[in-house]
Amino acid sequence: MKEPLGTTGLILNEPLLWEKGKRGRSGFSLPRRDVPPCPLDAELTGEGPDFPDLSEVDVVRHYTRLSTWNFGVDTGMYPLGSCTMKYNPKTNERQASLPGFAGAHPLLPTNLQQGALKLISELEQYLAEITGMDAVTLQPAAGAQGELTGMLLMHAYHQSKGSPRSKIIVPDTAHGTNPASAALCGYQPVAVKSNDQGILSPNSIVELMDDDTAGIMVTNPNTLGLFEENIKKIAEVVHSKGGLVYGDGANMNAVMGIVRMGDIGVDVMHLNLHKTFSTPHGGGGPGSGPVCVKSHLEPFLPVPRVIEKENRFLLSEDFPDSIGKLHAFYGNFGVMVKAYNYIRSMGPENLKKASQLAVLNANYVKEMLCGVLHLAYDRPCMHECVFSDRLQKEQKITTLEMAKRLMDYGFHPPTIYFPLVVNGAIMIEPTETESKENIDEFIEAVKSIVNEAKEAPELVREAPKKCKVKRMDETAAARRPCLSG
Amino acid sequence: MRFLPHTDEDIASMLKVVGADSLDDLFSTVPGDCRHKASLNLPEPLTEWEANNLMDVLSHSMGVSPEFKVFIGAGSYEHYIPATVSCLIGRSEFVTSYTPYQPEMSQGTLQGIFEYQTLTARLLGMEVANASLYDGASALAEALLMSVRTTRRKKVAVSTLIHPLYRRVVQTYFRPTGFELVELPYLKNGRTDLSKLDKIDDLAAVAVQSPNFFGCIEDLQPIGERAHEKEALFVTAFTEPLAYGLLKNPGSQGADIACGEGQSLGIPQWFGGPGLGMFASKMKYVRNMPGRLVGETVDMDGKRGFVLTLATREQHIRREKATSNICTNNSLCALTAAMYMASVGRTGIRELSGLNHDKCEYLKSELKKAGFEMAFDSPTFNEFVVKFPTGFETTYERLLGKKIVAGLSLAPYYPELTDHYLLCVTETRTRDELDEFVKELRL
Repeated sequence: MKEPLGTTGLILNEPLLWEKGKRGRSGFSLPRRDVPPCPLDAELTGEGPDFPDLSEVDVVRHYTRLSTWNFGVDTGMYPLGSCTMKYNPKTNERQASLPGFAGAHPLLPTNLQQGALKLISELEQYLAEITGMDAVTLQPAAGAQGELTGMLLMHAYHQSKGSPRSKIIVPDTAHGTNPASAALCGYQPVAVKSNDQGILSPNSIVELMDDDTAGIMVTNPNTLGLFEENIKKIAEVVHSKGGLVYGDGANMNAVMGIVRMGDIGVDVMHLNLHKTFSTPHGGGGPGSGPVCVKSHLEPFLPVPRVIEKENRFLLSEDFPDSIGKLHAFYGNFGVMVKAYNYIRSMGPENLKKASQLAVLNANYVKEMLCGVLHLAYDRPCMHECVFSDRLQKEQKITTLEMAKRLMDYGFHPPTIYFPLVVNGAIMIEPTETESKENIDEFIEAVKSIVNEAKEAPELVREAPKKCKVKRMDETAAARRPCLSG
Repeated sequence: MRFLPHTDEDIASMLKVVGADSLDDLFSTVPGDCRHKASLNLPEPLTEWEANNLMDVLSHSMGVSPEFKVFIGAGSYEHYIPATVSCLIGRSEFVTSYTPYQPEMSQGTLQGIFEYQTLTARLLGMEVANASLYDGASALAEALLMSVRTTRRKKVAVSTLIHPLYRRVVQTYFRPTGFELVELPYLKNGRTDLSKLDKIDDLAAVAVQSPNFFGCIEDLQPIGERAHEKEALFVTAFTEPLAYGLLKNPGSQGADIACGEGQSLGIPQWFGGPGLGMFASKMKYVRNMPGRLVGETVDMDGKRGFVLTLATREQHIRREKATSNICTNNSLCALTAAMYMASVGRTGIRELSGLNHDKCEYLKSELKKAGFEMAFDSPTFNEFVVKFPTGFETTYERLLGKKIVAGLSLAPYYPELTDHYLLCVTETRTRDELDEFVKELRL
């Protein structure tokens, strides 16, 4: 094996902001004072916050040093399962920072908003085409808020039919946000197990689906990276009892141009623009979680909605059955600009190719690591594959330890201990933007770690050694919370 | 396609390893009747340069500063953003990383967010702030849900001077829950009328915004006392955090939860999002708090570091019993706000906040001199309401022609306030521009 990517570069220490600086320094060019002072009533005036005073250089060094302690997609391969850490094109960043977008007030008169409204309207159409759905709202600010929106739409739909229902079926492989979003809507989540093939069988849904069940939340491909082959049959069962099928689009990156959820029985689904459509994750947001629906749910979509009238775009509130608003304004427009630019840059064939290559990369990893790590379900996967630490039990080496050791080799670890149905899960999603060479290097690193587990287990147990810090004491952090300095 | 690195040779050799004949063959587990046979009906790909042209055209159609002088605030504020903040937040180690589940590889984000939590707590005078929520509106909705959880009561009282669009988001979150929302009217002076509180029992929270939607500064302390007499939590909201460079902070006035929008702190307006849901509370309520929290700890060698903590409140552990369904924070926006707060510093925020107030007062006094009527006489921060003469729409249109956006008409939000406009002045407006505005209004 050639020399691993991971090395110990020069890592600079940097204190907390308030441990540096001196009163009287400033990192901000104060605007000219061209009006007379006008003191505010002393009753209302406070002392001002106890912020440190830092110079511009202090601030720049501080954040530059902090950034070097982080690992991003731009640093290296980030095969975090179900998170779709694909490359985030720089052209997207350019477009979102254009002054006409970045500086736009959300309550401008309609004539001064036309570009933004056109972009919103077209992005809605593109997402409807990609998902095979009839209408789209871009308002939800993240995937979880998209799920909540979807649940509210289901709730409003059943309400309008005069039968508010109390339960919803959620597979045991679902993301934790699914049951949490359902619970916010007052639904009682009912867990359903996947079968020995790692997917849902229609019979298990027949058993659970009744007149008091609002529907089912399905992630397809599911979090085991497997296509829910019985989805059409399941949708039939759910629909026959008057229920609705919610599609969690977290794993949409596997099937763009290949499967359209609207064509296979899904009534409502959310997308994650920060996953499938390459807007960056930003260390945990901002994201954007559009919701796409079939026509029978369209009347309930959040307002305002962008409509076109005589070649002009307008924001309309005129949808009396709407569930209302989820965001103060129209959602994370800055994120939408990036997703729009991505779709326009890719075009239909490249989007499909992206999904094909994402699936190729995952299957390649699955084949190459099968037997090195224990493969949870030995069947063709979609965009991600799930292994476990079962083969390392003998050496008492765990998933966590192997994940940490991957850092020393210069890779971000995969998602670990999820989905919950696989003990010690190691969930790998390479994405389409990793080249064969990068993936081969990753595979070599995993093999090398598995070898270390046998021959030099302490190297794995004590990992990571090359990061800014060693293994963190997370138990102490929770037992004695120190949440501000 | 430049984002897709595979050569035909790579694809062929990888397919061979996988045992598939073609890329299509990889999808053997997708039943035939689930496949989309046609091509997606989407526009053909653009080169980088074509995309630049397209986006330039779209963005140029927007009415923005400096071409337009926009006197609207109402939850989205034009403030100067230092080049340092824009450059530093563009560091791709911050931009292209995920939620910091692996702390050893995410210390940059984690320390940055820990500092954000600290500066936010100091700004609001609160004991603990979370790593942020989506925006001011969802932060308020989460604050009220948290109050319901904490008190086990099902009714909240909300001032009608809280941003009308925030209240609509709260209604959306509340609708399927059966929790009740009571609205408190406003007084002639532009502050919240609390008299209705006497008749309401069993309240989980009393929520007001300060500065409120009319720009008026609420007298928070007595409201907090009233809330506490009712054993309800006192929730204070805000849309303009810069105000707390000058005003008494919510914590010092008895707030149990302080929440609001942080866009003013270095984040572009972006047509309304992404912004920053700031959220802080008393420490005793932390286990009921929604959202991510970063805490300080040590590594195996005893060296200081930071991790996500108290995760047992969260959806990935608790699933349906979580305190919220929120999964992300608005991390990059929170980091932006921290960079901004670090740049202005204690000395700077005081002066900047004062400048916002004073410039707004200048416009107010010039308008008064010109004979315009102020709708409310309570002190304001950087927004205020003017009652313009009947038929002001014509003047508004004429000013638009001069590239001046003369505030926000309040009638769509408060039908009784016809001809009332909410005007906003921040540090970005010069005295000359304010004089010009008044001159145009007098014509």
